[in-house]
Amino acid sequence: MRRSIPLTAAALGITLALAACSGSADPADTETSAGTDATASGTLTMWVDDTRINEMEPVVAAFTEETGVEVELVQKASGDIGKDFVAQVPTGEGPDIIVSAHDGLGEWVNNGVVAPIELGDKAADFSDSAIAGVTYDGKIYGTPISIENIALVRNNALLTETTATTFDELVAQAKGTGTPFSVLIQQGEASDPYHLYPLQTSFGAPVFEQSADGSYTDTLALGGPAGEAFAAYLAKLGTDKVLDLAIDGDKAKQAFLDGQAPYMITGPWNTSAFAEAGMDISVLPVPSAGGQPAQPFVGVQGVFISAKSENPVLANELVVNYLSTEAAQDMLFEEGGRMPANAASAAKVEDPILKGFNDAGSTGAPMPAIPAMSTVWAFWGATEAQIISGQAEPAGAWNTMVTNIQDAVDKV
Amino acid sequence: MTDQQTVAPPAPPEEPGTRSPRRSRGDGSHARNFSAGFLAKLVLVALVDALGVYGILTALAVESWGIVAFLALALVVVNWVYFSRRAVPGKYLVPGLLFLLVYQLFVMAYTGYVAFTNYGDGHNSTKSDAIESIAIQTETRVEGSPTLPVTVVRSGDELGFAIVQDGEVEVGTADEPFAPVDGASVDGDRATAVPGWEVLGFAGIAEDQEAITALRVPLSDDSADGSVRTQDGSTGYVYQPTLVYDPETDTFTDTATGETYTPSDSGNFVSEDGDRLTPGWRVGVGFDNFTRVFNDPRLTGPFLQITAWTFVFAALSVATTFALGLFLAIVFNDPRVRGRKVYRSLLILPYAFPGFLSALVWKGMLNPKFGYINEVLLGGADIPWLTDPWLAKVSILMVNLWLGFPYMFLVCTGALQSIPEDTIEAARIDGAGRMRILRSMTLPLLMISVAPLLISSFAFNFNNFTLIYMLTGGGPNFVGTPVVVGHTDILITMVYSVAFESGTKQYGLASALSILIFVVVGLIAWLGFRRTRTLEEI
Repeated sequence: MRRSIPLTAAALGITLALAACSGSADPADTETSAGTDATASGTLTMWVDDTRINEMEPVVAAFTEETGVEVELVQKASGDIGKDFVAQVPTGEGPDIIVSAHDGLGEWVNNGVVAPIELGDKAADFSDSAIAGVTYDGKIYGTPISIENIALVRNNALLTETTATTFDELVAQAKGTGTPFSVLIQQGEASDPYHLYPLQTSFGAPVFEQSADGSYTDTLALGGPAGEAFAAYLAKLGTDKVLDLAIDGDKAKQAFLDGQAPYMITGPWNTSAFAEAGMDISVLPVPSAGGQPAQPFVGVQGVFISAKSENPVLANELVVNYLSTEAAQDMLFEEGGRMPANAASAAKVEDPILKGFNDAGSTGAPMPAIPAMSTVWAFWGATEAQIISGQAEPAGAWNTMVTNIQDAVDKV
Repeated sequence: MTDQQTVAPPAPPEEPGTRSPRRSRGDGSHARNFSAGFLAKLVLVALVDALGVYGILTALAVESWGIVAFLALALVVVNWVYFSRRAVPGKYLVPGLLFLLVYQLFVMAYTGYVAFTNYGDGHNSTKSDAIESIAIQTETRVEGSPTLPVTVVRSGDELGFAIVQDGEVEVGTADEPFAPVDGASVDGDRATAVPGWEVLGFAGIAEDQEAITALRVPLSDDSADGSVRTQDGSTGYVYQPTLVYDPETDTFTDTATGETYTPSDSGNFVSEDGDRLTPGWRVGVGFDNFTRVFNDPRLTGPFLQITAWTFVFAALSVATTFALGLFLAIVFNDPRVRGRKVYRSLLILPYAFPGFLSALVWKGMLNPKFGYINEVLLGGADIPWLTDPWLAKVSILMVNLWLGFPYMFLVCTGALQSIPEDTIEAARIDGAGRMRILRSMTLPLLMISVAPLLISSFAFNFNNFTLIYMLTGGGPNFVGTPVVVGHTDILITMVYSVAFESGTKQYGLASALSILIFVVVGLIAWLGFRRTRTLEEI
């Protein structure tokens, strides 16, 4: 109570000062500040998740030094950024900029909360898959900053060579080491379609059809004989105990750290922990299970601008003109160690692990950002879990799932 | 901000019974009588007023008229109540009433309002926001058009762009297409000074951002050539809208095909062929959200099964926790038990942990492969505690028993101790046995005070979202149902799955369903309370 006196006074003062400021339209005032000044005042609010805030800090500090524009970084849980962005932008309380994976883009566009940007010639500085990730309906909505995908990670202390050309051979080789697990793929009670996707695509059952320019249509492609074959394969992996719903992300990581498996299908977010534990690892593409290339989802981390930002010019200056540059992406890489989306920066990366992920992802498929995708996840995971645990008959459950997803997508 | 004005505790009221003769002569006016209490009241109310005024100013700045009106009214009421002599009961009631208004009535009214709209993904905001978004999203860069280094210039209040075309500086504004100007200086491909115009630097641009990003300078007299706009104040591109909004007819028209999109009842611009533009906006949809659960064949099947389990879960939760709590209370109420205080304190522990934390810990302990229960207690057994439909239900009830019995134990202990010893003694002298005393004396007397708590416990468990969500997440899922819900889902977690986790967020549907659940719970509680009144007539 007592503290609120100065607070209130200060707040009143600021309010009055603001009111006075907005009223000062006389030319004498503006002439002094406008014109030759190279730096501007203003504050941008940027939402970043906990894993990226440290690498973003020095980069925006450099931007502030260059332009005088303050950037306030707000740390959010990565799962909340997209959700809260949709909820808060319409109220006018949202951030100017968010850093997020691109898979929520369709939802943001559909809700009118994200503003398109014009990368212009700078688009050529990025790889095609990076640009594809931040493009929706033919328009670019964000600057890509890093690319991520999963791949096969090998513990060189257990195995030093991988000659397997199929996933079955890989499992057989891994079982030869006598470790408790063969190829770790993280699951959970609702399975994990993301980590199983390379296997699924190797049967030729991608989730959605892609049109000629690589963008996704909302026609499901995961059904049919290819899907049934994958479902049967999942059931087989379940009975062979390669896949186990009890092994979630943390347990899989710990098991691999403990040397309980020669292989693990995982992403670069786990490899730094492996390196810190002193493990010698190699990163390889996932071998095909169904005969066709095993394509992981490629996720693009992008920086997006709110449709209702009060500082559109400053936000564009940061997102389009600054964060897209080679220098800024180099700096992000140095701080965070993630594969930069800028092609020139990526070419400089020499880390064999990151290069391994990059090679594995070069044939990958961009994660669909269409709103229909968000409907797919729950059905997909639940059905895969039921097939793996043997609760459901594979082909039948898979076909029911396809029908249910189609119903739900049509309903949207 | 709205709750700030209620922070002040009620100022010391004037006791109604102590009207001194001096006061009745009118000398008690505050103008003449500055007691310490009055000064304290003055300061507190002044603080509340200051906060309120700050709230009003802030709300004014963001044009939230509802909040302005509410705060103004609340301030008037607070000041009148605390400075008037006639509002003594008000002095006690006002803070509570204001809290009730903000935290209960407003939330309820807002939920009720949302239940009648289609608020959710794709209908996220207002119509004007939707129009603005559609306009931005459909403005496309003219194919093959060049990147133009743009210089933002100003003359008086008018903003314009200066570009360099074939070595010559051209200036244009919103009304005037680009036209050459003489005497301008150029640095590379960018104009640096333009006679008659003031060139804005980055700082100048930063001060007028929204006007600059909104500015469209036509490339030529022919509007088909498109117009130049900039998003960063330094680079411009030529754009052409593919959809144009006409405020007079309230329609969007496709510039290429001439197709018009008119606003529909469901809150979207829709063409005659049924093509919808997104985003849409929030509109009222009447009782659609309420009837959907009965009309949508995808929902009705699991809905009945889940309703049945919800009742079973809530009833069994109350029954088991009450039985165990009562048993332990009776045991530890016996003076012959040694160390009762220690036992009692230990038994209350589960109640002291936050419920969601306990649920998570239990989830880990029940993991079939790594969980403590299978691994250590059962020596490596492979019992699917949380993944088998029946075992998952049993696990939920057991965990809820662990979480809930301390409360019942506490309540029963208190109630037992308030039963007068001499009535029990009298029964014993009359020759009643132990069971007879328990059945005919202790339980009925206990029920008088405990029955209402059992009803509220039922209502609580009926909506025990935390436990289900944290322990099983509703799983194991039904095989092949058209909505992803599971064997242990109760109504409120089903609402969450359907309205949020199914991919599209549907706040309208969620609000409507939670109101339906409220009606059910309210009805049960009302019936229960009516019955308990008969208990009191013993």
